[in-house]
Amino acid sequence: MNATSKSSVDVAFVVNGSAISDKVAPRTTLVDFLRQRLGLTGSHVGCEHGVCGACHVRVDGTVLRGCLFLAVQADGAEVQTIEGLSASGEIADLQEVFVRRNAMQCGFCTPGMLMIAADLLARREVPSREAIRDALSGNYCRCTGYQSIVDAIEEVARARHGLAV
Amino acid sequence: MTQAHGPSGRAVPRADARRLVAGAGCYVDDISTPGALHIAFVRSTYAHAAILSIDTAAAALMPGVVRVVCATDLERICKPMQVAMPALDMPTTSAQFPLALDEVCWQGAPVAAIAAQSRAQAEDAAEHVLVEYDELPAVVDAEQAMKPDSPRAVRGRHSNMALEHTFGTNNGAASFAAAATVVEQRIVFDRQTGVSLESRGIIASYSPLSGELTVHMSHQSPFQMRDVFSDLLGLPNHKVRVSCPDVGGAFGLKLHAYPDELAVAAIAILLGRTVRFQADRLESFLSDTHAREAVGVARLALDSAGRFLAIDVEALSGLGAYQAYPRGSVGEGLHMAQMVGAPYQLNHFRARLRAVHQNKPPTGAYRGVGQPLACTLTETLVDRAARAIGMDPAELRRRNYISAERGSHTTPAGLQMSAVSLHACLDTLLAIMQYEDLRREQQRLREQRIYRGIGMGSFIEMTAVGSAVYGANHIAVPAQEGCSVRLEPSGTVLCHSSATDQGQGVRTGVAQIVAQTLGIDATDVTVRAGDTASSPVGGGAWASRGIAIGGQAALLAAEDLRGKILALGARILETPAEQIDIADGALRGTTTARTLSFAELANIAYFRQHQLSAGACPELSATRHYVSRGFPYLTANGMVGCLVEVDIETGMIEILRLWVVHDCGRVINPLLVDEQIRGGVAQGIGGVLYEHCEYSESGQLSNGTLADYLVPMAGELPDIEVAHVASVATETSLGAKGVGEAGTIGAGAALWNAVNDAMAPLGAAMEQQPFSPDRVLRALATAARARKAAAVAASANIDPVNA
Repeated sequence: MNATSKSSVDVAFVVNGSAISDKVAPRTTLVDFLRQRLGLTGSHVGCEHGVCGACHVRVDGTVLRGCLFLAVQADGAEVQTIEGLSASGEIADLQEVFVRRNAMQCGFCTPGMLMIAADLLARREVPSREAIRDALSGNYCRCTGYQSIVDAIEEVARARHGLAV
Repeated sequence: MTQAHGPSGRAVPRADARRLVAGAGCYVDDISTPGALHIAFVRSTYAHAAILSIDTAAAALMPGVVRVVCATDLERICKPMQVAMPALDMPTTSAQFPLALDEVCWQGAPVAAIAAQSRAQAEDAAEHVLVEYDELPAVVDAEQAMKPDSPRAVRGRHSNMALEHTFGTNNGAASFAAAATVVEQRIVFDRQTGVSLESRGIIASYSPLSGELTVHMSHQSPFQMRDVFSDLLGLPNHKVRVSCPDVGGAFGLKLHAYPDELAVAAIAILLGRTVRFQADRLESFLSDTHAREAVGVARLALDSAGRFLAIDVEALSGLGAYQAYPRGSVGEGLHMAQMVGAPYQLNHFRARLRAVHQNKPPTGAYRGVGQPLACTLTETLVDRAARAIGMDPAELRRRNYISAERGSHTTPAGLQMSAVSLHACLDTLLAIMQYEDLRREQQRLREQRIYRGIGMGSFIEMTAVGSAVYGANHIAVPAQEGCSVRLEPSGTVLCHSSATDQGQGVRTGVAQIVAQTLGIDATDVTVRAGDTASSPVGGGAWASRGIAIGGQAALLAAEDLRGKILALGARILETPAEQIDIADGALRGTTTARTLSFAELANIAYFRQHQLSAGACPELSATRHYVSRGFPYLTANGMVGCLVEVDIETGMIEILRLWVVHDCGRVINPLLVDEQIRGGVAQGIGGVLYEHCEYSESGQLSNGTLADYLVPMAGELPDIEVAHVASVATETSLGAKGVGEAGTIGAGAALWNAVNDAMAPLGAAMEQQPFSPDRVLRALATAARARKAAAVAASANIDPVNA
């Protein structure tokens, strides 16, 4: 009965720079694996159907929904989570401005927002406010009304390009 | 409180934010509980059915399953939930069991629970529980539910009517008869839900040895829940601890006791171990309290000068099958009925609320609780009147607002108002909107067939509500807030507040107030909240009370501590307390050169008492509480302005600009206050444009995913400009009023009026929210048909009305 939950699959990947090898049930999502097996609870589970963006993680450089991606799919990949981006200092400026501008309230959406903001800011040009809002179109925030988040991302984008903020 | 210098009144960032941006927040589901059992629920697939049998045999044999639990397993552990409101003459509601006993009255009601070693195993097993139902007639629509021949939402009830309540003593019949103009507005508000991004979650542990129940849950009011668990599970208060860690959004929906959460606590007792449950998104849509479902009809009588004479209101509120426990579900309808016309001077007022049961989930608190409905009904009525008499809507408002000079008084609706600043808010709003320019531009664009609309919404908001509502109905909900402060050996301050924080920044505001009073930096104050084991008793988060009441308690506690620090400082410095200043974390004699740091003072108090001259043991802590007494709430007020463009080809509405002017009295932290307003506005917009729990005629929810139930996204919201009028509250020494619900209350009205203003040249108006594009197009098509009929009639020279 229910062979899927009994059989498990070997996986090996790198999470935030550390090599991980484990056995997982094929149906285990990447975000559940990260949260439950590795204790990386910064990626949040908001809808489990790929809409809210709270579970955003980076897999081989691409930001994707950790709830729609199975842990077995990540085999051999390099996975980065909010904890990894925080530790490396990659988004220290974004985090600083998010705090100063209070670009979050409950904070549940915040790691996912930061993942996608980091992705947007890695592009060459300074995004317009409209482009920032567009980039956030896969991330739900129920608390802020988004304006402070847009403000924060815009400020960091301009600062990174040496423009007045 | 003076705040010329120091942290109060400044945009101090939240200390918690540093954790949250690093993904180091700790929500219920982040708490590790090795060995705990996971609960999954079998939920009713019918809106109304009798339960004939439940076969758990197959499920019990599934891998990892420890126990399959049905209602009868919990009968001796847990009492059912029943709401009574004697002060309203409301009959006691039907018993709602943690797991349905023999009848399910809404789709999604929990019927059985699986306790298993993992959530996946529990969900697997839930699919193997066989429930045999006998489907019963369901009543889904609130207006249908009122009819005498309607099926009953719950078997055995005399009728579906939960409450009929009237406000005002005079229906103003003479005013309506003598009025120069009478206008009527009818609005249908569809059912919404709060959609916190973090779903409801609970971890419950029970130790049979100590008889103690420990609960971690995502909730706004830990003390309420301690007392609910204590009462329904038969445990003394001191054996129940409720702790709320970081909460990922609440908005009112996490203010109630839910049958599934009650079942989890009862299962912890049944099994004598730790069990946990986290709702998935479908469960959230099905089982979180819903809100807003209502129909409102309001009539306004005006004299020939455009002065308001009387308002008459009929309100209908759909409650769902049961009322949310323990606060009931009638608050939305009561607020909606009583607060229509609240900003305006009236001679007569009458409102009737009828609240009915239907086969849907219980409704409950959601940001603004009825006030958004009252505001929308009022302000669309005022705009209708302005169109009827050909007066600018801003001018009509100015003529009829309650003046600031009126001060404290009771309105014909029975609202106890303190001084309001509506005229000042209107002046500020018109200035920042550049109202006259907008009107000119609107005219110019109409000639190009571009339909822009300008709307405004004025509102009165009951904030910081005291005990008059729940206390009078014997509902055990703490109405006061408390604060404990103590000076630590490092010279810093640890503070425990009963006001809970779901991201509003209440803890930061409390830190600022304490720091201001003690002459230290806000970063030298740590505020903890949300745990009945350590916090003073208080309400938590409801009715915009965090800073207004929780902050006042913090101010009183900090003042007491300041007095104790001064008294001890006087002993140490051998200087009269009146000759000592406190600043920068130190005491300084005004006539001597001696200084004493808080750290040094605390070290003497805690470790070197022998150095002190004779006298009592130093006390460097203080606890104070505060409750609104002598006034039922603090009256805040404000305005929202909105500019929209309606695409008459597609029915799409774009919000171009949005402005808010708000008066919450003294502003402790302008950054956080503005963010409360913006976030509130976003939810108000959501209700008008997008949000709708869609039920079929048989009571089946058809849009239970985040892809189908629409909430505002970044691309759909405008930047929101916020301005303040600060009329310091005179009822408290802090002078702050509440702000958490303001944006939601006023935004809907402004948006309604803006959309109707845009469509006015076409003779169209909306009558139901949300304004989905198809509803907008239908309104436009109806108006076009009416215009065409009128034109045909005119060309045939016949009277279109009587033809």
